[in-house]
Amino acid sequence: MTTAPATLVHPMSKYIREDRLPWIYCPGCSIGIATGMIVRAIDNIGLDFSKVVFVSGIGCSGRTSGYFKTGTFHTTHGRAIPFATGVKIANPDLEVIVVAGDGDLAAIGGNHLIHACRRNIDMTVVCINNWNYGMTGGQFGPTTEHEKLTQTSPPPIGNMEHPFNLIKLAASSGATFVARWTAVQVRRGITSIEKGIKKKGFSFIEIVGACPTAYGRMNKLGEGVDMHKHLLEVTDIQNGLPPHEAEIEYDKRIVCGEFVDIEKPEYTDVLKQMHAKVRK
Amino acid sequence: MSRYEIRIGGFGGQGIVTMAVVIGESSSLFDKKYVVQTQSYGPEARGGASKSEIVISDEEIDYPKVIAPDVFIAMSRAAYLEYVHGLKENGVLIIDSDLVNVESELPQGVRVYRVPATRIADQEVRSKQTTNVVMMGAFAAITKAISIDGLRHQMEERWPKFVKINHLALELGIKAGEKALAGES
Amino acid sequence: MPRREIFTMGDIACAEGAISAGCRYFGGYPITPATEIAEWMAVRMPEVGGAFVQYEDEIASITSALGASWAGTKAMTATSGPGASLMMESVGLAVMTETPVVIVNIMRGGPSTGQPTRGQQGDVFQAKWGSHGDYQIIGLTPASVQEMFDLTVRAFNLSERYRVPVFVLADEVVGHMREKLVIPDEKDLKLVDRKMPTVDPSDYLPFKPGDDLVPPMALLGTKYQFYATGLTHDERGYPTDSDEVQIELITRLSEKVLRHVYDIIDVEKYMLDDADIAIVAYGTPSRSARKAIKDARAEGINVGMLRLKSVWPFPEKIVSELGSQVRHIIVPEQNMGQIYYMVRAFAAPTPIHLMTKPAGTPQLPDEILQKIKEVHSL
Ligand SMILES: Cc1ncc(C[n+]2csc(CCOP(=O)(O)OP(=O)(O)O)c2C)c(N)n1
Ligand SMILES: [Mg+2]
Repeated sequence: MTTAPATLVHPMSKYIREDRLPWIYCPGCSIGIATGMIVRAIDNIGLDFSKVVFVSGIGCSGRTSGYFKTGTFHTTHGRAIPFATGVKIANPDLEVIVVAGDGDLAAIGGNHLIHACRRNIDMTVVCINNWNYGMTGGQFGPTTEHEKLTQTSPPPIGNMEHPFNLIKLAASSGATFVARWTAVQVRRGITSIEKGIKKKGFSFIEIVGACPTAYGRMNKLGEGVDMHKHLLEVTDIQNGLPPHEAEIEYDKRIVCGEFVDIEKPEYTDVLKQMHAKVRK
Repeated sequence: MSRYEIRIGGFGGQGIVTMAVVIGESSSLFDKKYVVQTQSYGPEARGGASKSEIVISDEEIDYPKVIAPDVFIAMSRAAYLEYVHGLKENGVLIIDSDLVNVESELPQGVRVYRVPATRIADQEVRSKQTTNVVMMGAFAAITKAISIDGLRHQMEERWPKFVKINHLALELGIKAGEKALAGES
Repeated sequence: MPRREIFTMGDIACAEGAISAGCRYFGGYPITPATEIAEWMAVRMPEVGGAFVQYEDEIASITSALGASWAGTKAMTATSGPGASLMMESVGLAVMTETPVVIVNIMRGGPSTGQPTRGQQGDVFQAKWGSHGDYQIIGLTPASVQEMFDLTVRAFNLSERYRVPVFVLADEVVGHMREKLVIPDEKDLKLVDRKMPTVDPSDYLPFKPGDDLVPPMALLGTKYQFYATGLTHDERGYPTDSDEVQIELITRLSEKVLRHVYDIIDVEKYMLDDADIAIVAYGTPSRSARKAIKDARAEGINVGMLRLKSVWPFPEKIVSELGSQVRHIIVPEQNMGQIYYMVRAFAAPTPIHLMTKPAGTPQLPDEILQKIKEVHSL
């Protein structure tokens, strides 16, 4: 007598809206990996998932919020951080996580990013840096390297501009926890996301990934597997390095690690003090 | 009282907005009149001539701004020159006599009252900051458009720490107003 | 708090109205002539256990207010033209995600930086059509300090009732002038709170409307899980490219406002009963008009006013009835003519006479009186 084989249940499926699968991501994209990192971090901490709120902007990375099975909000392009700030201030008991792309967070939403770092509001921002605007078909963005080819930075020169280093940007703007990993350092990435969530303050975690469909194809970087293999090769893990030394160069070296972990008064805490003082 | 319009003109720092607000408050909350107070803002309010205005009435006030003032209190030459022509015929002109001279022709029938408010505040109250309070006292005494009790009450509410000095300024202002009234020119 | 009387500014009355309505979140960025609202809120919000947050721009200000609203707090922002322009994308987000939020625009002279310290009514159409796509908006137009309070309370109630963004559109004179304000005893205020779901979380469909076309709203961080997105979505909140869903959603979002115009529209009829000339006005020009009407009546001209305390949704039926009642309609606006075109659309073929004044000083009572006389002699 044989018993029917047990159906395999993905250990993280309880966090995911399975009725929305398969998701929109192309084969070889890193966003799925990053999504997995986030739910594993939450699972490791043992958070009450109903108290976790996901906010995202627009873009491929911005679509992630729709896949988490909790309170999730998909804002307009670039505005995830302000929306999340409003949520957190109105209900500081919630664990607020922003997931968005490099374009969303550092171009159209760049001003919100630096000011949120400065304001030091308790939230965790996971930025999926795929070096370009994936959703709109691969145009250059704030992390696209000089002379790289995209739909809007064609030959003979390619990108005439120069990229932001998001680690330097977040660190110098005042974020209290700043880390970078690539999509292939999954365990390390999970640990940093856990730390970011636990941190009472603004945490910024960059996950460097691959967009084989657009950026990869245009710059002849290979398929998704090739790009991820490459990320593994060029990763240089340097935990604790001063953030201004956390260089990133796709071809040669991507410095990964945790670069900032500092304490400073957090906004909603200060607001509570304000309330207490005013009431007296 | 049907619609009664007051315009105060001066330069920044003389407290002409505060003056209008206190007159407005006491007329509205104490005398139970309908009152609207407005003022000039921004660049207009910083430089030479700034103004604040009050409309008082027994009926609901429709148009909220001063159209042709019944009273013009001029506390600087620039404001005088800028606004004096708007004054109603047979209106009242109150000037800080150390700062403003009656230049040019006035609208017909205008009565002029001279009150050295800045000097009184400086020399008798010994606080230049009370110039506007002195002027308020004089204004109330000359026009009787607002009650002196109301002014007193409102100043106590507004500046509880400076009751004594403001009362002094107000009394001296009333006296100066009465004096100007007696020596009407 | 018990009933209070204060002599205060329209902007401050607006802030107090918001607090009385239960607003506990203000996100803003300083701008003349709305700054006094922010400054007042900075002091008052902590006193009532709320939050005042000054953002890096108006985009963040309004978007954060949407976030606060979804976390269960009544939220608002206040600005003037340049800020309102920046906010428009999130107005659409609020429409699409059915987020209660109040946006105050103390209108100043435009276009662009225009005349910061001088009023105008140039943003009335912007409030209606400023964000892309088709939608209905609610826009209230106070004309006094007391109405700044009353209509701000009303703005919150309507936004909660219908889950929509509501604009309070006041011209600078109304925002900046001081008048007596009566703040009613809190027991006497009728406040409305949004509908919340009562079903089992597993049965909850976040965008399934009730009979009134308004879906119950779950909050973030509760037992209800949901996805709210500015993308066209079905009742589950899931994005879709379907024509049917798009048509159904966009129709419902408009209909939930239009079907309740009897509850939303707020007009005052002043001396209209025997009028054969009517003025249609709102905000400060309506105050000039009131004086002009009294003066014209003293000269034996039968003129009255339809004063709009709400401009959006436009009172189509009332204006169309007015058109058949009177011989002429005069529309004085502190702009180049905006509501004028709406009046024309619904009161035709009755002749509509526009009085433009795209400047800080509204039409003076005498100017309107002249116009009344001129029209009367036609
Ligand atoms: C105001 C606005 N401008 C432009 C767009 C079009 N748009 C959608 S996604 C996107 C870029 C997204 O890039 P990124 O944030 O890096 O996310 P990715 O898709 O690469 O994950 C753009 C420009 C938009 N939705 N809204
Ligand atoms: Mg990207």
